[in-house]
Amino acid sequence: MNKSAANSPTAISIGLQRGKLEIKQFMRQRESVVFTMLFPLILLAIFGSVFSNSIAKGVTFSQYFVAGMIASGLVNTGFQQLAIMIPMEREFGTLKRLRGTPMPASSYFIGKAILVTLSMLIQVALLLVAGVLFFGVNLPATGQKWLLLAALLVLGSACSTVLGIAFSNVPKSGRGASAVVSPVVIVLQFFSGVFFIFTDLPHWMQQVAAIFPLKWMTQGARSVFLPDSFATREVAGNWETGKTFAIIAAWLVLGLLWAVRSFKWERD
Amino acid sequence: MNTVINVSNLRKSYGSTTAVNGVDLEIKKGEIFALLGPNGAGKTTTIEILEGFRDRDSGDVRVLDFDPATKGHAGQLWRDRLGIVLQSTLDAGDLTVYESVSHFAHYYDSPKDAREVIELVGLTDKSNALGRTLSGGQRRRLDVALGIIGNPELIFLDEPTTGFDPEARRAFWVLIKKLRDEGATIILTTHYLDEAEALADRVAVINKGQIIEVSTPDQLGGRAHSLATITWREGDYVRSERSAHPTDFVQKLSVKFGGEIPELSVKRASLEDIYLEMIGITHE
Repeated sequence: MNKSAANSPTAISIGLQRGKLEIKQFMRQRESVVFTMLFPLILLAIFGSVFSNSIAKGVTFSQYFVAGMIASGLVNTGFQQLAIMIPMEREFGTLKRLRGTPMPASSYFIGKAILVTLSMLIQVALLLVAGVLFFGVNLPATGQKWLLLAALLVLGSACSTVLGIAFSNVPKSGRGASAVVSPVVIVLQFFSGVFFIFTDLPHWMQQVAAIFPLKWMTQGARSVFLPDSFATREVAGNWETGKTFAIIAAWLVLGLLWAVRSFKWERD
Repeated sequence: MNTVINVSNLRKSYGSTTAVNGVDLEIKKGEIFALLGPNGAGKTTTIEILEGFRDRDSGDVRVLDFDPATKGHAGQLWRDRLGIVLQSTLDAGDLTVYESVSHFAHYYDSPKDAREVIELVGLTDKSNALGRTLSGGQRRRLDVALGIIGNPELIFLDEPTTGFDPEARRAFWVLIKKLRDEGATIILTTHYLDEAEALADRVAVINKGQIIEVSTPDQLGGRAHSLATITWREGDYVRSERSAHPTDFVQKLSVKFGGEIPELSVKRASLEDIYLEMIGITHE
């Protein structure tokens, strides 16, 4: 064999190429770019205009809502995007074709992670800019809060990504994926205190939401964007930062195990 | 290593349905080998086991001296030497031909040049066209380009020319022969018997999970020795006769007509006739 090991492609080098390709394809799907990126801004504009009242001293509903939308952004760009996109790739034969090449499976997932990371950063940046410009949202005041935000974005996005990959096996067809995935996300958003003040929700709803990671992501985002004085208004009377990260990390591990066990390259 | 694929006593069932029931195959380096069979005969299952997409129940399988059921890194090294062209896919519509082909080149250790491959499949004019703007035949050629970019020793082609117009099929056959002449071994499944006849060095007919016969296209099913059919016009009627000695028969006819025989034709059984007969017989 005349193959030299020196310049052989590695899982990482192929993964980076996959990431480049994923981004290129994403950017060319104008409708979905506009929908994924602008829809949260439209929601922000609507909710910010309808509920212009203050919910606590120095805290407007818009601020509360922006924190929730940033957490939702983690779910939209990871879980929702992948759980809809991967079933389509499965249906179109993209995955089977890739399976027939020497591309390592990990490279495919590296590519997806790159796509999620980039779209998540764009999403968060857009929400922050719009929030600051139009809805009087305050950026994190201390370095510590920025660090907390960075940690939340990294862990939350990773969690959302693996859950999206795992959930991609649930929709039976590519075409039907959006109908299966979107309601899950929307219901979770309602339950998790994105559209309403979490503590105003019925107790049972809070209990259900507390099982899933989105509730903890929104609470984590509030701990970044709302003044610390607001912490007393949370269910536990404080931000529960340790618990927040622990539960998101637990879902990350669970999602990873689930994804590894269930991922299929072909439709049955 | 002269044998590229070696299969003995391959078996695979899905529940109570036996898809592959003891298949033996030996495919040599540098040949174009066609696997023919009706839908549900076990063709796809056999091929997918060879490609490593499906696990077998029992039997020995060696492809490029490797067991396709092996998982992990060794499997990736093996895939580096394969080219798989699946049945029609719809992916990569938002990428240009060049982007897709040059991207797939990154997967392989010693790929061919993307521009050369695009030229080889006749898509140079479409290099910068998005996948979704290609016609069916152009898409299929892109599929082939993606299958051969890794410079494979062995190429699987699954119904490569379905949906082609006759001209495009002929051009495609030239391409396949060119790949073989460059040293690749090619396994072809097709529903077109004329395609198998034009391309294949050997054909195997599979039915009900078993190989019925392996032969050259002109020898399959005793075709070379089959009776010839002679037809001609006699007054208002078209008459026909099957004969083992057609030359003799035509000579006698010619004497009878005093020279030219009206609307004469002499035909051997086509590969399709033979194939249908083989499949039909085993159906009974």
